Amino acid sequence: MCLAIPAQLVSEPNDIQMVEVDILGVRRHISTMMAPAAKKGDHVLVHAGFAIQIVDEEFAAESLAMLRQMGIKTAEDLEAEAAELDAAEAAAAEVLAP
Amino acid sequence: MRSDRILLAHGSGGTMMKELIEDLFVAEFGDESLKRMDDAAALDLPAGRLAFSTDTYVVSPLVFPGGDIGRLAVCGTVNDVATSGAHPLYLSVGFILEEGLPVEDLRNILVSMREAAAEAGVRIVTGDTKVVERGHGDGVYINTAGVGALPEGVDLSGSHCRPGDVILLSGTLGDHGIAVISTREGLSFSTDIRSDAAPLNHLVAAVLVAAPDVRCFRDPTRGGLASTLNELASASGVSITVEERDVPVHDQVRGACEMLGYDVFQVANEGKMVVVVPAEQAEAALAAMRGAPYGEDAAIVGVVAGSPAGKVYVRTAFGATRIMDMLVGEQLPRIC
Amino acid sequence: MSQLLDGFRDPDVARGLVDAIRETAQSPCTLMEVCGTHTMAIAKHGLRGLMPETITLLSGPGCPVCVTANADIDLAIEIARQPGVVLATFGDMMKVPGSYSSLSAEKADGRDVRVVYSPLDSLSIAEREPDKHVVFLGVGFETTAPTVALTIREAARRALPNWSALSLHKTVPGALRALVNDPDVRVTGFILPGHVSTIIGLEPYRFLADEYGIPSVITGFEPVDVLQGVWMLTKQLAEGRAEVEIAYGRGVSAGGNPTAVAAMEEAFTAVDAEWRGIGVIPGTGLALRPEFAHYDARVRVPVTPPAPREIKGCQCGDVLRGVLLPFDCKLFGRGCTPEHPVGPCMVSSEGSCAAYYRYTDYGKD
Repeated sequence: MCLAIPAQLVSEPNDIQMVEVDILGVRRHISTMMAPAAKKGDHVLVHAGFAIQIVDEEFAAESLAMLRQMGIKTAEDLEAEAAELDAAEAAAAEVLAP
Repeated sequence: MRSDRILLAHGSGGTMMKELIEDLFVAEFGDESLKRMDDAAALDLPAGRLAFSTDTYVVSPLVFPGGDIGRLAVCGTVNDVATSGAHPLYLSVGFILEEGLPVEDLRNILVSMREAAAEAGVRIVTGDTKVVERGHGDGVYINTAGVGALPEGVDLSGSHCRPGDVILLSGTLGDHGIAVISTREGLSFSTDIRSDAAPLNHLVAAVLVAAPDVRCFRDPTRGGLASTLNELASASGVSITVEERDVPVHDQVRGACEMLGYDVFQVANEGKMVVVVPAEQAEAALAAMRGAPYGEDAAIVGVVAGSPAGKVYVRTAFGATRIMDMLVGEQLPRIC
Repeated sequence: MSQLLDGFRDPDVARGLVDAIRETAQSPCTLMEVCGTHTMAIAKHGLRGLMPETITLLSGPGCPVCVTANADIDLAIEIARQPGVVLATFGDMMKVPGSYSSLSAEKADGRDVRVVYSPLDSLSIAEREPDKHVVFLGVGFETTAPTVALTIREAARRALPNWSALSLHKTVPGALRALVNDPDVRVTGFILPGHVSTIIGLEPYRFLADEYGIPSVITGFEPVDVLQGVWMLTKQLAEGRAEVEIAYGRGVSAGGNPTAVAAMEEAFTAVDAEWRGIGVIPGTGLALRPEFAHYDARVRVPVTPPAPREIKGCQCGDVLRGVLLPFDCKLFGRGCTPEHPVGPCMVSSEGSCAAYYRYTDYGKD
């Protein structure tokens, strides 16, 4: 329930708490009534034309770093993966054969 | 043209209609065949078979970033004819005008039709106009029909895809749909995205030379890539798998899709071509597309397999596989 | 920006989590994603296929469109039928069938129904068209309700005489309590809705862990977020803990968004609400407070819709409670498809049936 996407404030909110935000280069005016502390440069979560929260970017970076750490592979993993890749390639070659 | 607005009298068959045709349509299009003012155009045709297609254009707003209904009406039919492998030659144009339409707006539409036709190398040779009462149309509706010459031995069909074939796409997805929707009431957002409306007959011709065994061309217009590939998969009784990360999409189109909850595979295009070729000709076809106008971002995006027949899959950037389903009803922005 | 989106869609990050989940989820468990946006994300990114066999993912009642009662859709339709009324709403609502019709069918019949992206956009319509009365149809949970509350405040600020809101808003925690009290429902862990929690924080879910001993994790919507939520749940289960945790720290703080909650409380009061397929759940509806009667469509455009009618054979209620998988409904893919939906779960793009139908190979898995 409820799509909300990160968007960046491109200016300071005006006197009625409206502000332009950027979503991958797309611009739209949204309200910061629900996130009154949001200022230019902040990322916010936007839902139905409202900023519902300022995104904690530091937290985001930390949690990504932590999760990346879990994904670091051992030599054994790499070997298993290479074998898997070979098998997939062989299967693909079979499909492509006339 | 004395009036600055279209009036019902412009469709009445009398002197005002004559004025409209002479001062506007003939003057702007300037084709010899139109100048004769006959009811039918008499045309030279090369030997062999003809390709023939028609389409009707309805768009709101009439002018959008990167194009207008006129450019759309020429490019759309040129592309439809071109998908058969034919060289488009002649177009007919039928207008339904709404009473009150500013003549200047109509003139601008005609100019962009003339320019698109010149770019495609086709002639607008015959036409018709009707005027409807104010409130009974959205300014302008346009129908175009096109005829093209089909080279000897060319027999393309969406039912010709075979396991092992490769799917190519001529450029970025979703530009037209996002450019148009960005102007709609209640959704207004701004982007630099422009409609991709473009004639692709030169690109098609280049691919035909480079990859003579091409199975088919399709332009993924309404319903987007999802509809096109599902149609191909059913017609050929094959399955298709698209690599999500290989599909070119502008960042701003991605952004707009995120915001509105759209699936970019279902967003309309007006200047893109899907090409299916045997694997061994894929690289040659790709190089030909990249060297042709409007093909610089072309990419190999997927492959054809035998079964399950009629299914289209997306391998997500994530390595998982899901179905690429067709749009149901109209595309609506969602918050959920 | 791209880090905030793409970082949490990074396959390399996901791989580590998938391995961790496989390792941790040794014994069978049933996890319910309460929120429809989770159902969509799981389907769209193909996450179901990455789960070990020990994990069953169930969809819950968190699609606001799906749980809107027939009678409420009928009411909105009746309002749209009144002369001079413009009904503005989110795109999600257009195709939802009521007892006899839908808003898109009404639009085809000439009613003035318009889709907006933000409730604020409906105020602009009212300003531009002063001879019309614009009714904004508000649906959604705690994420959306404050946006409508603040739009009401803004309408008052602009002293708009020709705008009102029809609130069909609902709240989540009470529905979860009803769900865990239902003997048919067997859930070993809850994937809690990220953006509802952005507003209400962690506290309102505490009872799930404390009273019912069910591990619960507030989860975001990118694929990495969902996997992290699942991993944290399997970890709690493996360690025999039951807590409410947050796996979406960049978007949710434990205290929620007090400004939004205050706005919601200023405009709305809790009432009983009917959830489609589930029944009346006490205190889970949001009605406009009497002091905002001037902006309440129920007061401004009083109508009496025809008696509601339930759909025969539709098992959406069981699907919404997680008792039945969409595949197992008698109508799924046969009488009921996205083109010709019988029940709301097939209509909404985030409805669990539609998500299963669109994105999974239901014939095979």
